[in-house]
Amino acid sequence: MSDQVSVEIRSNVPSPFCGIASDDLQIQVSGLDVRVVANGDAVTTPAFELPVEALKPRVAGVECSLDEACARAAELISRSHYPVFSGFGTDVNDTRAALSLIDRCRGVFDQKRSEPSLRNLLVVADSGWMATTLGEVKNRADVLVVFGTDIEDAFPRFFERFVWNSETLFGQDPATREVIYIGREPSGRAAYAPDGRAPWVLPCPSESWPDVAAALSALARGARLQASEIGGLAIGDLQKVVERLKNASYSVVTWAAGQLDFPNADLTVQQLCQLVVVLNETTRSGVLPLGGQNGDKTAAQVCAWQTGYPTRVSFARGYPEFDPFLFGTDRLLASGEADLLVWVASLSTLPLPVTDVPTIVIARSGMRCEREPEVFIPVGTPGIDHVGHAYRCDSVVALPLYKLRESGLPSAQAVLQGIENALDAL
Amino acid sequence: MLTKLAGGKVYDPAHGQDGVVRDIFIRDGRIVDGPGGDTPDRTYDLSGRIVMAGAIDMHTHIGGGKVTIARTLLPEDHRGDPAVREGLMRGGCGHAAPSTLTTGYRYAEMGYTAGFEPAVLPINARQAHMEMADVPLMDVGGYVMLGSDDFFLRLLSSGADQRLINDYVAWTIRSSQCIGVKVVNPGGISAFKFNQRKLDLDEDHTYYGVTPRQILQSLARAVHELGVPHPLHVHGCNLGVPGNVDTTLNTIAGIEGLPMHLTHVQFHSYGTEGDRKFSSGAARIAEAVNANKNITVDVGQILFGATVTASGDSMRQHANAGHANPAKWVCMDIECDAGCGVVPFKYRDQNFVNALQWCIGLEVFLMVEDPWRVFLTTDHPNGAPFTSYPHLIKLLMDRSFRNDMLATINPDAAALSNLGSLQREYSLYEIAIMTRAGAARLLGLSDRGHLGAGAGADITVYRPQDDVEKMFEAPDYVFKDGELVVDHGMIVNVVWGNVHTIRPEYDRSIEGRLKDYFDRYLTMHVDNFPISDWELEGDGRSKILIHPCRTGGRS
Ligand SMILES: [Zn+2]
Ligand SMILES: [Zn+2]
Repeated sequence: MSDQVSVEIRSNVPSPFCGIASDDLQIQVSGLDVRVVANGDAVTTPAFELPVEALKPRVAGVECSLDEACARAAELISRSHYPVFSGFGTDVNDTRAALSLIDRCRGVFDQKRSEPSLRNLLVVADSGWMATTLGEVKNRADVLVVFGTDIEDAFPRFFERFVWNSETLFGQDPATREVIYIGREPSGRAAYAPDGRAPWVLPCPSESWPDVAAALSALARGARLQASEIGGLAIGDLQKVVERLKNASYSVVTWAAGQLDFPNADLTVQQLCQLVVVLNETTRSGVLPLGGQNGDKTAAQVCAWQTGYPTRVSFARGYPEFDPFLFGTDRLLASGEADLLVWVASLSTLPLPVTDVPTIVIARSGMRCEREPEVFIPVGTPGIDHVGHAYRCDSVVALPLYKLRESGLPSAQAVLQGIENALDAL
Repeated sequence: MLTKLAGGKVYDPAHGQDGVVRDIFIRDGRIVDGPGGDTPDRTYDLSGRIVMAGAIDMHTHIGGGKVTIARTLLPEDHRGDPAVREGLMRGGCGHAAPSTLTTGYRYAEMGYTAGFEPAVLPINARQAHMEMADVPLMDVGGYVMLGSDDFFLRLLSSGADQRLINDYVAWTIRSSQCIGVKVVNPGGISAFKFNQRKLDLDEDHTYYGVTPRQILQSLARAVHELGVPHPLHVHGCNLGVPGNVDTTLNTIAGIEGLPMHLTHVQFHSYGTEGDRKFSSGAARIAEAVNANKNITVDVGQILFGATVTASGDSMRQHANAGHANPAKWVCMDIECDAGCGVVPFKYRDQNFVNALQWCIGLEVFLMVEDPWRVFLTTDHPNGAPFTSYPHLIKLLMDRSFRNDMLATINPDAAALSNLGSLQREYSLYEIAIMTRAGAARLLGLSDRGHLGAGAGADITVYRPQDDVEKMFEAPDYVFKDGELVVDHGMIVNVVWGNVHTIRPEYDRSIEGRLKDYFDRYLTMHVDNFPISDWELEGDGRSKILIHPCRTGGRS
């Protein structure tokens, strides 16, 4: 074998992992080895650098050919009365192929992280919102309110890329931007201005966040509140936040729904959205829901345009139906309604639920399962092993993903199509 | 493979054929002059049938961010119209914001074989194409939205040379793989981000100090000088505002003879007469269109019922959000590029304003004399879902039906409209112009919208019926690129359509400026912005068709 592995540096590589679609990565590729050499972060770098492990599929723990694995998967699917497909964690084409198969076998489409997404989606479907995107934040925002979220923990480069940028289109000096944290405190110094100015932090326990959000929305409408404090925060301080927002030219209210992890958090999101709607009666403001990493947003977008609903969709009755509660993977497995779990995750390596029902895993090579599934098919990662498309959190920008290395791993799309073809052959 | 369509009554306005009985031959997806001595592999006896080219919807919101926002906003709309997986058709949903797959099936079932998404945001073009790629059985294309994007506004306000603007427009068309250029509320989407709540034709954008009139002139010139076949596609200022008929007339005058397409002109034809300060401006609009041969319009007819309005016009959509029914809406500022607003709406026949809107649209249809310059649209889904086209065609072709309907709407509105006095009934030939030949000509699609040799064999065959609505609802046969796809209401073959594009030439030195601009202000690298051919064709479904630009457009 001539193992002359060439080393190649690729520039302006888009990340499907970070949720803000950083596309300035420098990546060094040699053989199967991928290294982020510039502009990586704590989320993106490990995701790119995850080593390839399995190259061959397994059935019942035994290596086999792709055809054999697809045939076994098709057999399990054809026997199943109610298969639940989850993970997603995928790019556009992977999701397309999955939906085609799910529609055909009358299964359920759900996502590992649909709960956080639904905290936002339920608000859109109930009252809507007034939103903005990262590029507007970068050029216009003069006040940024961060609610209940430690941004840098999940989005390490958010401030560097969109808040403390060096210049803006309209002459504003970004260094003068005001950042206000409500609820959660930032874990590091990313939110500190370039001159060291700290953000204004109003910490309070998460139990009080629904009330604090409601108070902000009420104060913006001009209501007088009876209470003098909420969750330890003086009403006077909340009033000051509202004044600051009303006097801003373009304020942005942001949160990461994944960090609003308490019951009925959608109602808190709704209050923040109402606050922004009220602000827009006199000035400009927008919400910026952060999230959607590792293909979460991408899969939901494709599901929305192909079925009408972004996530938690069942095809059991021959047409897509949406139910944010009934079609949750964990519930379907716990209740015994689902008799097969198909885990599809070409971008994310988050763990799948441990269950006694037969399980098919179509996942990124390098993904570990706590229990060996009945069928495991390792696939390539869009943006590393093959081309693809991924959305970032604001649902507007989709970036092309490029092939960086030759791993020989099939795409999840090809595998899912292979399973559908195998169903035809049964 | 040679197919013969024998003895149908052919309506092919591009060739002046008004009900000519003749055979049509299809070889390998294209119409050919004759069998060339070969025996057809397949013959369809079409005696007594009506044959037209596949219909083209030249303005329909079928793909892109705001359509999917509308989908997410309205689960109850989908629940009301589930589309069951059946035969070759996948499951989905219909009505106002249908799923992409169902969109394709339902258009095809009505004999439509092409649809053009009119509001492709440059930054969101990738999504528009990915969604349109999932619309089966239809050719697609897009008009890219400019006029509120900061790169253009900076050029214009700094007095940049028109040639530079042309280069930027050409680069944007190519990057977004589009076939035309649309402007929505010129400058207004940007002005709204600066908290301006209205922007009249001659009003200054507070930051850039340019007016919508200047924006329109600059973009219309660019489109013309680049030789883009489709004139600048204009969603004007003051959508829905009583009195906007004057704005629209000034817009026509202000373009100084350059080709211009005024879209959903019904929404821009409102006067302020009468007790309710809302009246029809249709007669004045039609008069201006008739007098100015550089102007084309599509109507954006409203039809009664629930729908959703999805527009790039964030300024006007926000202003109208209070009318949302159900009471929920989304507005968005987008990437220093554009914006959008999605507001669900119910048009009611007993509501004075809605009833008069209905009249105004029909008045425009009936008073614009030249069917080559007026196009049949509901601005799907803004005026009504596209599935109402057969009903709309019946309103145009059947005066007694129209007058029966007129008698049922809000009587005050009916009394204010001259609709009852309009005698005109559209002929099949004129319908074929509006929905086929004219649309193809307007977009520069030389191989669509007609039945002559060389055309892509997109063909619709109807069985004549007394009720034209029934006839247009369910053609007997639909062929897409020569393949039989609909047979008596059944989808019998699912094929994927073409993406119609143009590739205007430009001076590459603009790319250096763009790189600098992207690096300094935007959130992606300029190299990742243009949509590559592999992105559209890579999975083997869509095929890109590149239409030529006119030469000698540059003055
Ligand atoms: Zn429009
Ligand atoms: Zn429109």
